[in-house]
Amino acid sequence: MEAQEIYSRLERQFAGQVSDFKGEVKEPYLTVAADAIVAVCCFLRDDADLRFEVLSDLTALDWPKEEKIQVVYHFFSYSRNHQIVLKVDLPRDNPKIATVESVWKVANWLEREVYDLFGVIFEGHSDLRRIMLPEDWVGYPLRKDYVEQEEYDGISTQRAPLVEKLLR
Amino acid sequence: MVLRFVVKTDGEVISEAIPDVGYLHRSIEKIGEKVTWHGYVPYTDRADYLAAMFANQGFCMAAERLAGTEVARRGEFCRVIACELNRIASHLLAVGTFGQDIGAMTPFVHALRERETINNLMEEICGARLTYNYIRIGGVGYDIFPETCSRIAEFLDHFEPIVDEFNRLLSGNKIFIERLAGVAVITKEDALSYNLVGPNLRGSGIKWDIRRDIPYSIYPELDFEVPVGSGHIGKLGDSYDRYWVRICEMRESVKILRQCLKMMPKGPAIAKVPRKFKPAAGECYARVEAPRGDMGFYVVADGSEYPYRVRIRTGSYTAMSIIDKLSKGLMIADLVALIGSLDVDAPEIDR
Repeated sequence: MEAQEIYSRLERQFAGQVSDFKGEVKEPYLTVAADAIVAVCCFLRDDADLRFEVLSDLTALDWPKEEKIQVVYHFFSYSRNHQIVLKVDLPRDNPKIATVESVWKVANWLEREVYDLFGVIFEGHSDLRRIMLPEDWVGYPLRKDYVEQEEYDGISTQRAPLVEKLLR
Repeated sequence: MVLRFVVKTDGEVISEAIPDVGYLHRSIEKIGEKVTWHGYVPYTDRADYLAAMFANQGFCMAAERLAGTEVARRGEFCRVIACELNRIASHLLAVGTFGQDIGAMTPFVHALRERETINNLMEEICGARLTYNYIRIGGVGYDIFPETCSRIAEFLDHFEPIVDEFNRLLSGNKIFIERLAGVAVITKEDALSYNLVGPNLRGSGIKWDIRRDIPYSIYPELDFEVPVGSGHIGKLGDSYDRYWVRICEMRESVKILRQCLKMMPKGPAIAKVPRKFKPAAGECYARVEAPRGDMGFYVVADGSEYPYRVRIRTGSYTAMSIIDKLSKGLMIADLVALIGSLDVDAPEIDR
């Protein structure tokens, strides 16, 4: 199914909660309201014509100028061989969204990674802990304004440039 | 391998095995925002150092699609030749170490011997043995010489009987079969829900290969099969099926390589690409079929000399997340078989 058709189906089903369809780009995407995400995901998976069996990827983008964090979902359907991208805009100072773990199990780890590196809270998640970084790490590294802490556990995270070291 | 599991057991039986990852996190995605487009290619090597060629290709494909760059045709052939050689090398290591995990030492040595030959060929092609940095935006770094082509053909003739030998040595081994058949079965539903990709997905009987189904590069012109698990020894989707898919894929790669060597056209290996590479603002998601399955590069450009965001989706990451579920009720020794059969690769998990 073409992305345009997928969008119009979603628009009929979830009037007012899906918007901003971009069809002329490489991977067509649309924007979904944050509180509708679980319902939209269930619909995408279970609808007989859509059948998005897999959540290929779940990640986020940080846009400090627009004061928002975008959570990006990539879906793919093996049986129908089509794809769609959903984006959800969240406020940057308090990014919170419901988990889609109940729809696809893979969301568990993908959401943990987004939580770890972007600081997005996935409400209802069964095990929301940091995954790449230590539990007591400060800050969310993939945000654009991230500044590394100077030391962690007494170990410096900075290194003098090699040339300076040689000159000393 | 840098893997850690927190395992709760009742005697020999596992009740919980929680993977603790992150020991190899090198923030490759963050580095992507700090270096130029051309400059990022060597970093992608490090995402999966057992199959660096595919990460190179994934990123370059994303960049090319964003900028609308046309890839040199000979370059595409060079890419596929290098990639398929790399796939054989990666699968050899996977099945070799797998045998070793189960307790068979000899097949490991045989597998590494063949992999060594491939590494020599790779060195001839691009000057590096593991972290290639061979595929560039617009084509490949260096053309493949005719002498190298004939050496690759020689290797293929030598390698095909070796697969049979390997099967006699390991695949048909009674102990090996007993250890794997029916162990850690992944159903189709689980494989989809956990988004397993590559041989792990095909082991569960789902015929899906990006090279065939979302064709890229010159794969549509090539003739090859997509092997899937059938449960011919134990149950569909067990550890043996996943192992067997890898063995069959090596044969398919040999087939692909033979065709490529025959069809290779003359011409430049790389297209003209400006040194100041600046794709227009936009985003794209490029998928390649790596040895560990669908590797996705989600790249966002904002029109500057640096990528705005590079996201690398890897097969090992999702494969790792299913281990906790599958390990319940397994024996401790079977956990090793399960991890080996999924072919998880620590650098690829952590990036």
